[in-house]
Amino acid sequence: MKNKYSIFSLIKNAFSYHENWQKAWKDPTPKKEYDAVIIGGGGHGLATAYYLAKKHNMKNIAVVEKGWIGGGNTGRNTTIIRSNYLWDASAGLYDHALKLWEGLSQEINYNVMFSQRGVMNLAHNLQDVRDLKRRTHANRLNGIDAVYLSTEEVKKFCPIINTSQDIRYPVLGGTLQRRAGTARHDAVAWGYARGADEMGVDIIQNCEVKGIKRSGDEVEGIETTRGFIKTKKVGVVAAGHSSVLANMAGLRLPLESKPLQALVSEPVKPIIDTVVMSNAVHAYVSQSDKGELVIGAGTDDYISYSQKGSHDIVEGTLNAILELYPIFSRMRMLRQWGGIVDICPDASPIISKTTIKGLYFNCGWGTGGFKATPGSGDLFAHTIANDEPHKLNAAFNLNRFISGDLVDEHGAAAVAH
Amino acid sequence: MFLITCPFCGEREQSEFKAGGEAHIERPKQPIELSDDEWAEYLFMRKNIKGIQFERWNHAHGCRKWFNMIRDTSNDTIKAVYKMGEKPPVK
Repeated sequence: MKNKYSIFSLIKNAFSYHENWQKAWKDPTPKKEYDAVIIGGGGHGLATAYYLAKKHNMKNIAVVEKGWIGGGNTGRNTTIIRSNYLWDASAGLYDHALKLWEGLSQEINYNVMFSQRGVMNLAHNLQDVRDLKRRTHANRLNGIDAVYLSTEEVKKFCPIINTSQDIRYPVLGGTLQRRAGTARHDAVAWGYARGADEMGVDIIQNCEVKGIKRSGDEVEGIETTRGFIKTKKVGVVAAGHSSVLANMAGLRLPLESKPLQALVSEPVKPIIDTVVMSNAVHAYVSQSDKGELVIGAGTDDYISYSQKGSHDIVEGTLNAILELYPIFSRMRMLRQWGGIVDICPDASPIISKTTIKGLYFNCGWGTGGFKATPGSGDLFAHTIANDEPHKLNAAFNLNRFISGDLVDEHGAAAVAH
Repeated sequence: MFLITCPFCGEREQSEFKAGGEAHIERPKQPIELSDDEWAEYLFMRKNIKGIQFERWNHAHGCRKWFNMIRDTSNDTIKAVYKMGEKPPVK
């Protein structure tokens, strides 16, 4: 039984110099057999395990992770959470996640520092204005809060933005989703891991999957660096490495894995209290609670698993940021890193059964998976437990690439993918 | 970031080039006879290999010609570059 985190536990542990905190999760050796195994110990995988145990009463399950939990894209993203997507299917999916975010810290008794500071998307040309207005209307029809802002209103909401009409890509307007915001990414992985562990889920780190064993069209188990694990259900949530795991099972996926970069500046006093995203010039920026500017750059156009991106991508993003925020011109950047994102042709995820019985994939989140973490886990758990998709993720099946019923969020998703 | 030797222009920065994805995907000879599965395979399904991959590149900010490349996607090292229509050197 886990001790509850509260102000009292904090005070109590202060007396022992914070040296006697209970372990948040065990370090078990893998059992011979599980009812289900989740491959990938990121936010999505751990959330899947959490909801499998919590809602579907599957307690004899494991999460296997190649490195350490939350060490992949969960720890590499820019933590932006929003649900202002254009199409009905996406709106349903991402707003389901946003609603879960709103109660998540209480639900898992772990402060994920969810901060609804709003996300503003800027328009820089006439087409942007039309697209953003269309998306605002679509959002409101789907019950998602969205407002369209004029240039003056943009300036009022975020005064440091340069709204001069003489710059190369002037701000012509924008949209605002006030319920959107940020959360602390590590806490999401750790909180779900702690919650899942308490319900009996084995979280097995440093355990790389080397093969997926099948007999005919059924899954039999997985080969790992820590031995063979027998299981009838395998859920793969491996982000950039999804294709690698699909190849092990003899499947092909419509994915391309590319480096996506982000960077943070030195910490400064509070200067920007919201998240501003700009599709046309590809610049987005927010400020972490530590005071660092968190800046997201774009993806490289070539396939790579190297977790390194090109410098010209960073340069392009910083050029745009400097034009929009001249106040940042003397900021120094502290760290820069890359993560490998799995991009779908329609920039929408896949949460789906496959042609192999007992093998499920949750992938293709591309550049925007973090925001969906709780919803993705909840819906993937439903899909695995019932061998049927939930109505919210039915549209995000693998079969859509055969039927042609794509969920095209490329240009429509408020930011470039 | 890495350097690419364009078979027409020589060594240039990667930022001059545009990646064209997996190479040697053949356009269907009889499109009208293709099933939906085969269309999906041709249009969307990719090997997306971690390791040695055959791919197409375009010298977009140079000679604008297309060519093929063999590259290790796990560390971005280039193994070989060859022109369109040529057989890949070894492997």
